[in-house]
Amino acid sequence: MPDTLTSPARFGSNAGQPLTRRDGIAKVTGVANFAADNSPANLLHAFYVPASIARGRVTHLDVAAAEAHTGVTHVITPQNRPPLQGDPSEKVTMFSFRIEVLQDDTVRYAGQPIAMVLAETLEAATEGARLLNPQYEVEPARTALDQNEPISVPPQGFGTPAGAEHGDVAAGHAAAVQSIDVTYKTPAQYHNAMETHAVVAEWDGDKVTLDMPSQALNMSCAGYAYFFGIPAENVTLRSPYLGGGFGSKAFPTGPQVLAILAARLAGRPVKLMLTRQQMFGPVGHRGATSQRLQLGVDVDAALTVLDHEGLAETSTFDDFIEPAANASQGLYAAGALKSVHRAVRLDVGTPGPMRAPGEASGSAALECAMDEMAELAGLDPLEFRLRNYADTEPGTGRPYSSKALRECYEQGAARFGWADRPLEPRQMLDKNGMLTGWGMGTALFPCPMFAADARATLRADGTALVETSAVDMGQGAWTALAQIAADSLGLPMEKLEFHAGHSALPDGGVAGGSGHTATAGGALHAAGSDVIRQLGEVASNDPASPLHGAGNAGFVARNGRVYVEGDESRSDEIAAIMARAGSLDVVGNGSASRPPEVAAKHAMNSHGAVFAEVKIDPDLYQIRVTRMVGAFAVGRIINPRLTESQLMGGMIWGTSFALHEEAKHDPRTGRIMNANLAGYHVPVNADVTGLEVITVHEDDPYVNALGIKGVGEIGGVGSVGAIANAIWHATGTRVRRFPIRIEDLIRG
Amino acid sequence: MKTFDFAQPTTVDEALAAWEPGSAWLGGGTNLVDLMKIGAMAPDKLIDIKRLTGLDQIETLADGSTRIGAMVSNADLANNPDILRRFPMMAEALLSGASGQLRNAATVSGNLMQRTRCAYFQDANAACNKRSPAQGCDAIGGVDDTAAILGWSNQCIATNPSDFCVSLAALEAVIEVQGSSGKRDIAFADFHLLPEDTPERETALQAGELIVALRLPTEAGDFAGNSRYLKVRNRTSFAFATSSAAAAMQIKDGTITKARLALGAVAAKPWRLAKAEALLIGQAPDPALFAQAAEAALAGASSSNDNDWKIELARRTATRALALAAAGTPARMPALPASPFVDQGDSLNA
Repeated sequence: MPDTLTSPARFGSNAGQPLTRRDGIAKVTGVANFAADNSPANLLHAFYVPASIARGRVTHLDVAAAEAHTGVTHVITPQNRPPLQGDPSEKVTMFSFRIEVLQDDTVRYAGQPIAMVLAETLEAATEGARLLNPQYEVEPARTALDQNEPISVPPQGFGTPAGAEHGDVAAGHAAAVQSIDVTYKTPAQYHNAMETHAVVAEWDGDKVTLDMPSQALNMSCAGYAYFFGIPAENVTLRSPYLGGGFGSKAFPTGPQVLAILAARLAGRPVKLMLTRQQMFGPVGHRGATSQRLQLGVDVDAALTVLDHEGLAETSTFDDFIEPAANASQGLYAAGALKSVHRAVRLDVGTPGPMRAPGEASGSAALECAMDEMAELAGLDPLEFRLRNYADTEPGTGRPYSSKALRECYEQGAARFGWADRPLEPRQMLDKNGMLTGWGMGTALFPCPMFAADARATLRADGTALVETSAVDMGQGAWTALAQIAADSLGLPMEKLEFHAGHSALPDGGVAGGSGHTATAGGALHAAGSDVIRQLGEVASNDPASPLHGAGNAGFVARNGRVYVEGDESRSDEIAAIMARAGSLDVVGNGSASRPPEVAAKHAMNSHGAVFAEVKIDPDLYQIRVTRMVGAFAVGRIINPRLTESQLMGGMIWGTSFALHEEAKHDPRTGRIMNANLAGYHVPVNADVTGLEVITVHEDDPYVNALGIKGVGEIGGVGSVGAIANAIWHATGTRVRRFPIRIEDLIRG
Repeated sequence: MKTFDFAQPTTVDEALAAWEPGSAWLGGGTNLVDLMKIGAMAPDKLIDIKRLTGLDQIETLADGSTRIGAMVSNADLANNPDILRRFPMMAEALLSGASGQLRNAATVSGNLMQRTRCAYFQDANAACNKRSPAQGCDAIGGVDDTAAILGWSNQCIATNPSDFCVSLAALEAVIEVQGSSGKRDIAFADFHLLPEDTPERETALQAGELIVALRLPTEAGDFAGNSRYLKVRNRTSFAFATSSAAAAMQIKDGTITKARLALGAVAAKPWRLAKAEALLIGQAPDPALFAQAAEAALAGASSSNDNDWKIELARRTATRALALAAAGTPARMPALPASPFVDQGDSLNA
């Protein structure tokens, strides 16, 4: 049996080109219609009341006052909410959570919907909601990790990480000649995509059309259909454009289900768009963590043990436990490895997957701990990582499908100038007297594949239509996917019509886990290849074709011609084959996923190395990231422009995690007091200078037929640790919480 | 949001006549409209004063003072060449605030009237004596990091968020107001009020009075060569100050002959520091002197929240602002962003 899945796909001229976004002009000119831009005739506006307490019971709502307000048509409360046909506690799809849809009067977190108002105008709906003036029976809120007992949640799949243990951990501790035991804290963070969650729902009998931003169209249809007792095909979901998702738009949410229910109740289309404030509660977040890391090394600074215990918040009614400790699996060659996850139930909305779930928080703590260990061992942080470089997956011994991490270290360090870094902290001042520090972090992100389908139709006129429901979150997925599709058909981009973002199309899978290009792209490649295979068969049977008799040798297409695979001398024009065959459309179907036995054989990861420079005012302690170099090995690059942009975006999110993002709960009410973008900060342009991305060439014959790994999330991994380590290097102060702020350095 | 009446007068007299209890003046709307949307403010009537004639001029009066109309936009003021030359610190303060889009919309009188960014004031579900007298103050014991370290009371620990006003305090601006009973001037130092037992009263404006202009006295031009506004914050731009300072001096023959110092983000009003200024006058500019003045400036400070660190930061901010001012106003003003990481180039005094 051959060692590789398939020989790497031959590509034409589209993949590898730095094309600009196909939808760029539509977006910058305002022509692109996002979900909430739709306003069907006879529309009602929905606004829901978010709970202002975190724990307790709603005792009174002034429904009469709300109903009396001009323009208000319906007030929906737990007392009169029409029944749903599905159980809101049911986990109906692969990624879903128990939803809050006015089941009862219990308040489980601040921001939970407790009533919904429908009105002729948004203003009337908003004022109606205010007039409800909820009264509560309040119980003490628990929103900090030390406010409830840690528990262990048995692994049951998504959201309940299993952890792992390899080697003799006790022996690893005992064998250490030097060791550290440090605890890092990361805060609750909220996705805050630019476009907030929205839906415009319109029923027609037992069919419903949803204009809704979604990271997973067909899976969402199944989810929403379940709650309304209708077949999935009765739900049409349109999501042509998405203003970001970051993991929060892949599953049904309570507010959106309520709005769809409201539309059925009212018999009119209903629009709901969450306010920025409402994004802090029912649509997921990254849970706070406290992570204890115990590292030990032998006399050669080889890790004898890497022991990572994660404590993460989850809600009182569902489980999503940030799999942070698993970040210590698969990366460094430690004699013994242990990752444990425990949870604390708090009065918060259920956390969920957000921008590298697990890897971001886990890597932040791990890379800082590695820096602390290097410091103790008296080694350069890069040298320390190289001494613990893993050539096979630590613990399991599985080979990596590919791993150009060593090249990432080399190229990143060279470009950054890492060799000039003084070992000791607080050694560098710039010409303005700013403390200057350099830090680094390693990045690892798995390259999963989900499942996707696609269809390609080659038309008699030499153009093609390719179709998949795959979504473009704004990162340019449709451009990269179209490049793959065009190459599979051997056509230039302008001959390709690309339809996506509609649930009636073949299931494009999930835009998440950094697996979208690999999965949807794989399906498109397979669909195009199916067309070319059929075309090759036609030609093979056609005595007039140069391909006559080629049989089942296999065919590929480039520049409008079909070639016998591996034999450049035999080819025929696509148009000629089509014309001789009677000018019928040729339809190909394709699917992509990774068989479990393939997934089991190799450890499959993207890798990277991030080097950061910070400058810090020695008196005022303002921290600025002045330079970052990230070198990433992420398999085949379909579109270098978009790839670089995604990796840069990830590195900026790293800055955001390291220096800015934090949801602050009032300790008494549990309400998030900075639930808006004026208080919940992310970097602005002025915070981002000197950002550089290097992609290291990598051919991976195992991950999938196209050799694609994925670039969506890895940019944020490693960056957080690199910045925190640079802050230590600048100041000599270790801050073991995020974000790192002026006050942390003033307090020392 | 709550239904409200909307009036669009075209003259000051019409505007004053339109006012009734429960009204709010609407300038650029960059603060008021946000607060209405989140329910922190709910006026019965908005009176749009953007259309009033004659309030958008910047002029030099016969006595040498500078008069700035109430409806001049922050952007127009900050980019006025004469303002830049004569009052660079004020331009630096304006340009360190908000964003280009907001500065185009925001007006100078609106800046004087902007509300605190205290999260508990903005949260209609929290107790706030400023929003509802005698309700209590949830900010005390809360998580708001804008809380005051000077001049706060156990009724209110909110701070004034303005950058512009810190420079106006240092330059001793005068505020021209007009009401149904006529015109009057209010000295800047008397305009914003400390909370004491009436945090709902934020300014010396009487009900129905309208700001029509600001005046900068002739003397405010004496500091053009040695004045800076320093804004300290975690994010480089588009963030309110964690602490800030406006520092201005006149230096003759190596001696400080005039000095001004005001702090921002530390109290319910821009915090003018006469005692610290007095320490500077007659002395040679010197880092030790600046540290001593800053020490005096923060002598009365106390933490209102978990914010001891802010006292230290404010002290250091004052020290640095004085040193920057003494080093001379940069030739290219304003230096953007107002950040120690930007190469400040040559000094005017160099």
